[in-house]
Amino acid sequence: MADGKGRMAYGSDDTPESERSERAISHQANDESLGNGIMVPIHYHLMLSAVLFTIGALGVLLRRNTIVIFMSVELMLNAVNLSFVALARQWGSMDGQLIVFFVMAVAAAEAAVGLAIILMVFRNRETVNADELNLMRW
Amino acid sequence: MILPEVNWAAVMPSVILTVVGITVLCWELWMKEQDRKYLAWLSLAGVAGAALFSYTLWGRNESAFNGMLALDAYALFFNLIICLATGMTVLMSRHYVENNELPAGEYYALLLFAAVGMMLMAAATDLIVIFLGLETMSMAVYVLTGIRRQNVKANEAALKYFLLGAFASGFFLYGVALVYGVTGSVKLGEVATYISTHFSDGAGSPMLLAGMVLLIVGFGFKVAAAPFHAWAPDVYEGAPTTITAFMAVGVKAAAFASFVRVFLLSFGALHGQWEAILWALAVLTMIVGNLTALVQDNIKRMLAYSSIAHAGYLLVAMVAGGELGGAALMYYLVAYGLMNLGAFAIVVAVGKKGEPNEEFNDYAGLGFRYPGLAMMMTIFMLSLTGIPPLVGFTGKFYVFSAAVKAGYIWLAVIGVLNSVVSAYYYIRVVVTMYMQEGEKQVEPLSTRPALATAIVAATVGTIMVGVLPAKPMALARHSFASLQKPAQTASSTPKKDQAATSTPTATAPSKTPHH
Repeated sequence: MADGKGRMAYGSDDTPESERSERAISHQANDESLGNGIMVPIHYHLMLSAVLFTIGALGVLLRRNTIVIFMSVELMLNAVNLSFVALARQWGSMDGQLIVFFVMAVAAAEAAVGLAIILMVFRNRETVNADELNLMRW
Repeated sequence: MILPEVNWAAVMPSVILTVVGITVLCWELWMKEQDRKYLAWLSLAGVAGAALFSYTLWGRNESAFNGMLALDAYALFFNLIICLATGMTVLMSRHYVENNELPAGEYYALLLFAAVGMMLMAAATDLIVIFLGLETMSMAVYVLTGIRRQNVKANEAALKYFLLGAFASGFFLYGVALVYGVTGSVKLGEVATYISTHFSDGAGSPMLLAGMVLLIVGFGFKVAAAPFHAWAPDVYEGAPTTITAFMAVGVKAAAFASFVRVFLLSFGALHGQWEAILWALAVLTMIVGNLTALVQDNIKRMLAYSSIAHAGYLLVAMVAGGELGGAALMYYLVAYGLMNLGAFAIVVAVGKKGEPNEEFNDYAGLGFRYPGLAMMMTIFMLSLTGIPPLVGFTGKFYVFSAAVKAGYIWLAVIGVLNSVVSAYYYIRVVVTMYMQEGEKQVEPLSTRPALATAIVAATVGTIMVGVLPAKPMALARHSFASLQKPAQTASSTPKKDQAATSTPTATAPSKTPHH
């Protein structure tokens, strides 16, 4: 934790822009100089995250079972989490990692509410198929 | 170790609402069946307390929680709009909850928690806090939408709202991630600084622009702008009418509050990039909303499409931007809130237990049998159309004149044409009430004093704010101006905080000592 202090300072508003990007670069360089194997470049993570996000979005649009749709939404959120973690590493700041905790908490709350709603629909309609939920149109 | 700056005053209105909400929830467990009505009064007292506290904070321009929240006139103005929407909804709900046998404790508590989320959104100057506020608000509203558990329409509405809402949150969050990736921060002030130094030509980078577009999708969904509006009519129709009113006004106001804060503050330098997108969204939203509203037979659904159309007018104000556009947007939200809450309150009044009376035909002949009710409905409909001297006219006047002054003449022309189209379906309600025969009986308002108070208050507001627009407009201008004062993000450490509030020029010295 050699740069622990630097990270703390980043949390406050007034870190100058130039200093911050320099730190991000030196942080990366530092890792490579430590010689702990090959660094996976940042854009690999971002591409994986984008692909997962797209799979999730397509799942929401194409699947008809509301539980599967909901799972696809969760996949989207977790794809974004991957981006946040990778970008936090890139910037050498803790912000991105902290955000992931918040997103996970939100996703958990969302699951509680969402599954309750799906259950409620199933009790009254005995279906969770999105195509059959068409009482209201236009 | 330096402790982060906290500044509790910025969250006090939300804290009041949270505490009252938890009290409502717990108190309901012990209370007798016939005492449930006190829950409504307690909630109303909480909302009034939050509004009063916001009022006493007026004039302060500070940041809080290490720059995550702002305590400025802009946030306080929206706090007042949110308190208005919540308070009116509580008044409307007092007998509605009882007649429809809704669970009172959960109902009022969720209403207050949703208001807390809205206030967070309005005050947030950090994309993640905006996301948290958005989710706090949305999750409470998802549950409220489906609170009539035995009603299949309500079930369906809640499910659709939840799935599409969560889908849109995913887009919003991805937008935040991309912006964070480019700028290295999620704080609006830092994002703005980064963009204005690195992209001073206003072109941006592909990743930043993608993030911006995803944020537009997320916000566009919450404000029900076309083409992200598909959920709105179904949800508005299936939700309890009181909640529909709350959603149409509160959710929209809160979403616009942070939409404007993010785009005018953080992405101000990229104005050239997003104005075309929002221009198209505004036009599409107005046209889709108004044309689809023409063919509706259900009043709630008609009002849902009308609220989509109004989101279009609000987007026009946002595209116009600048001090005029911003102030016009805030004034229009007040105007829209007053007349829309009033219209929904009438729909609540006409409905009965087991007999929602939401079709146009159910309004036939109301004008003869209930002249007072029909007259107030007429006032709301005329105001929504934009007939002078009512508040809807003044609001549209400010919005379209801001658009013309900013050079968006075509946008204003399309907006005015759309208002003309909208006259058809609003006046249709009036025509049905006064020129058709019908036998529908309405429970007299004298048995529901809280609802009557809400309707009368909305009527008085619709007329007074429209006739005397100068003071609310001055307030809106003052509030919008506070958005652009540098004090907001400059006060970075507690020591400099006092200096920053008195002298907005503290921005420059606060940066130098670190070098």
